[in-house]
Amino acid sequence: MAIVTRIVLDVLKPHQPNALEFACQLADLDASCQVNLLVQEIDDKTQSIILSITGERLDFDAITQHIEAMGGSVHSIDEVDVQGEAAAE
Amino acid sequence: MFARLRYLIELSHSHRIARRYFVTNGFDGVLAMLGLLMGFRVSAAISIEVMIGACVGAAVALFMSGLSSAYISEAAEKQHELQELEKSMVTSLDDSAHAEAARLMPWLIALVNGLSPLLLALLILTPLFMVQQQFWPESLVIILPLDLAIIIALVLAFLLGVFIGRLSGRFWLWTGVRALLIAVITALIIFLLNQFMAQS
Repeated sequence: MAIVTRIVLDVLKPHQPNALEFACQLADLDASCQVNLLVQEIDDKTQSIILSITGERLDFDAITQHIEAMGGSVHSIDEVDVQGEAAAE
Repeated sequence: MFARLRYLIELSHSHRIARRYFVTNGFDGVLAMLGLLMGFRVSAAISIEVMIGACVGAAVALFMSGLSSAYISEAAEKQHELQELEKSMVTSLDDSAHAEAARLMPWLIALVNGLSPLLLALLILTPLFMVQQQFWPESLVIILPLDLAIIIALVLAFLLGVFIGRLSGRFWLWTGVRALLIAVITALIIFLLNQFMAQS
């Protein structure tokens, strides 16, 4: 199965947890995980953000679950970098 | 578990609400005890058991009232906030920390609201408990336990005022003295009322 090494997500999230807390919690998912968060739009109760997550082997389901646990919802997958398992070996 | 609770408190800003409830209901508790103690002070001799019974009864009633009223109002408020957030998010937040906070935080706030008057009341009643348990030190024998309990109530009112001052960034001494003044005026009104009723 291909290995996901980078993923860019369009996410809608409440104001709390704030951008820093949100990114830190996602980065804590995996030791190799690096998160870049860009706030695109701020509304009364929500924020639209672009999340760029890189890591050695990203687990998309775990990332989505974590985002949802923080009150966010994934609107779209905007970019992905994947590597074939054979290539990774 | 504590880290999770702390996270939920910060997420829902419940620490601010709990702090507000602690002060307002704590002040209620202090004034209620002060009122009872002043009533006993100006009345004819009443046994320590009756005083403790009446004060503990009032403290438990304040605890139950604080607990239930804060839970009912906060549960409704948090549920409303969650529904508003769900509307904005256009999705259900049932599995999120926000829903967990909406379920748990009303209990925590209610506990603070109930415990603050109860614990402050028990602190005020300490001299009466000491007399009842015969732990009253001989060096304090000249101070009546009732007077000491009244002094503790006034000191606690002052300290709650200081706490408000520290929170609001205002001069702590002024807010402390202001709270103390309210307590002194309360005691004075009760004293005058009792004098008036005794005469008529």
